[in-house]
Amino acid sequence: MGYNCVVLIKQVPDTKRVTGEAMNPDGTVNRAALPAIFNPEDLYAVELALEIRDRFGGGKVTVITMGPPAACEALRQALYRGADEVVLVTDRRAAASDTLATSYILSCAVRKCGQVDVVLCGRQAIDGDTAQVGPQLAEKLNLPQVTYVEQLQDIKDGVVRIRRNVGNGYEIVEGRLPMLLTVLDTAGHPRPAAARRLMKYKKARAKLELEAAVTAEMPNATAEGKATEVARRLADLQNRGLIIHQWNLDDIKADLQWCGRDGSPTKVHRIQSVILTGKGHKGILPTDEGVAELVTELIEDHTIS
Amino acid sequence: MIEVNRRGEVWVFAEQEQNKLSEVPLELMSKGRELADQLGVKLGAVLLGESVKELARRLIAHGADTVYVSQDRRLSHYQANGYAKVVCDLIHAHKPQICLFGATAIGRDLAPRVASTMRCGLTADCTDLQIGDHELPNNEGKHENLLFQIRPAFGGNIIATIINYDRWPQMATVREGVMPLSEPDASRRGQVIDHEAGLNGFELPLKIIESVRTQRKVNLKAARIIVTGGAGVGSKDNFKLIWDLAHCLGGAVGGSRAAVDLGFVDRDHQVGQTGTTVRPALYIAVGLSGAVQHRAGMQESAKILAINTDPEAPVMQIAHYGIVGDLNVVVPKLIKAIRTGGRVAAKA
Repeated sequence: MGYNCVVLIKQVPDTKRVTGEAMNPDGTVNRAALPAIFNPEDLYAVELALEIRDRFGGGKVTVITMGPPAACEALRQALYRGADEVVLVTDRRAAASDTLATSYILSCAVRKCGQVDVVLCGRQAIDGDTAQVGPQLAEKLNLPQVTYVEQLQDIKDGVVRIRRNVGNGYEIVEGRLPMLLTVLDTAGHPRPAAARRLMKYKKARAKLELEAAVTAEMPNATAEGKATEVARRLADLQNRGLIIHQWNLDDIKADLQWCGRDGSPTKVHRIQSVILTGKGHKGILPTDEGVAELVTELIEDHTIS
Repeated sequence: MIEVNRRGEVWVFAEQEQNKLSEVPLELMSKGRELADQLGVKLGAVLLGESVKELARRLIAHGADTVYVSQDRRLSHYQANGYAKVVCDLIHAHKPQICLFGATAIGRDLAPRVASTMRCGLTADCTDLQIGDHELPNNEGKHENLLFQIRPAFGGNIIATIINYDRWPQMATVREGVMPLSEPDASRRGQVIDHEAGLNGFELPLKIIESVRTQRKVNLKAARIIVTGGAGVGSKDNFKLIWDLAHCLGGAVGGSRAAVDLGFVDRDHQVGQTGTTVRPALYIAVGLSGAVQHRAGMQESAKILAINTDPEAPVMQIAHYGIVGDLNVVVPKLIKAIRTGGRVAAKA
């Protein structure tokens, strides 16, 4: 019983901490210079899924991210907070996907999860701020969408009642599951990592992570030897429920024409880093005279009356 | 998707609620008019609702050559599924080359659903739109007269120009308040085309139980003068200085994100990327450093006065006037000078 939830999350560079070093001289962003964090609004989507599980009769919470193996760190954080299963969708052929291609790939991953009642996303990610993937994913999955979710009030017999914040007001809407929700950071309070879960799941790994670890630890082993060791560790993690599932585009039966660069209709024409125009301002002395002179000037040019 | 169609119109989604057009679609009309003239094509407006036809005249006065009107009881209240179906049907039927939406709660809900159905590109939250050419690398050719979709990205640290040269229409949502609103011309003539919504038997997935719109406590977009305080103001009590300065100028009060997060001022007052974008005649920035997200929301102001203790604060670099000093000293002096009409107050 209960409702199965799938949450799509993203690991993002912390754009609030951008410093000079984060910009390359050519105006592109040096992602390596920025700390990677769990996209803030996605934490609220995970929390809402956990609440649906805890309040409405169980069900499973699966958390999926698409990204490089480093994104496993965000998946482990989801496990610490209470996710039941986590999945890394990773494939070089998915690189350079725009929001349309990303939503297509994610839709293939959600379909692989079987019966899903609620699909959840954060409203938007702080690196792109587009808020597009949620509605696009809903369309790809042929689900109704409720964006800007602030509160899930009730679920009764598969009908969900939601309060959404539309900026200049709010709406209360009702609809039948399955449904896709995008969640705001004013919805509830994400639970912190639970200490016991942290102790357990900090050992959770995806296959690519194991391969990298084995290569680092056994530099002289044959390819076969490494593969055997990876298989052994995978089986061990599997037994202990510490697996981060890893899917590529073939696993989720994605049609490659809709993935990556080819699947992305938007292209970048130009990137400019924001350079302050530095037109040079007029310095005003912080004295009675300085300030009065400024005010006189502003009155004379009719800026103030 | 539709094929590249050079004769296609430029379209603006004319968002309305309760049979009222907000300023956003009208701002888009003036930009849309400019783009259409540059391309030598017509400007169309797409108007959906229950009984909205009379709004068509206003859209024509604001620049539309054609208004596509779809009226249906089931379109009375916005819902993504029904609206997306009608907009997609219209795109299939008329093959516009460009479709613009406001980056509003509705536009940002609807446009991605439409783009996903059409399998075309979409750029969110543009701050500028231009027509230009794109050269492919390695001399593989050139695409002419594309829509340049210009937007801040990466938390506002970069400005990206996005294009879409093969899977059309070229779609974008445009941020509120960045396109100047032009004067309506009541003598303009245009055509109104009725479009059957075709929602018979179409089931709307959501039931709207309650819908409440609140008036914003402050209308920053309409203010000629804005005085904005930042974290440097120090406390909610001290924010009174900002209110006093705004009052004596007949201006509105703004807050940086930090000031809002610290509870100095209500979120309705927030200026910047996540708040309101403003372009007043005079913008006074007090005790705020001018993070890129903030600058994105105010740097188009006609005049900027920055008051800060730090001469190196980024806001100083976009300011026209800078006062380096303690705001607790400078702001009272400024208020006094304004009250006395710019004369130096008599020394005590």
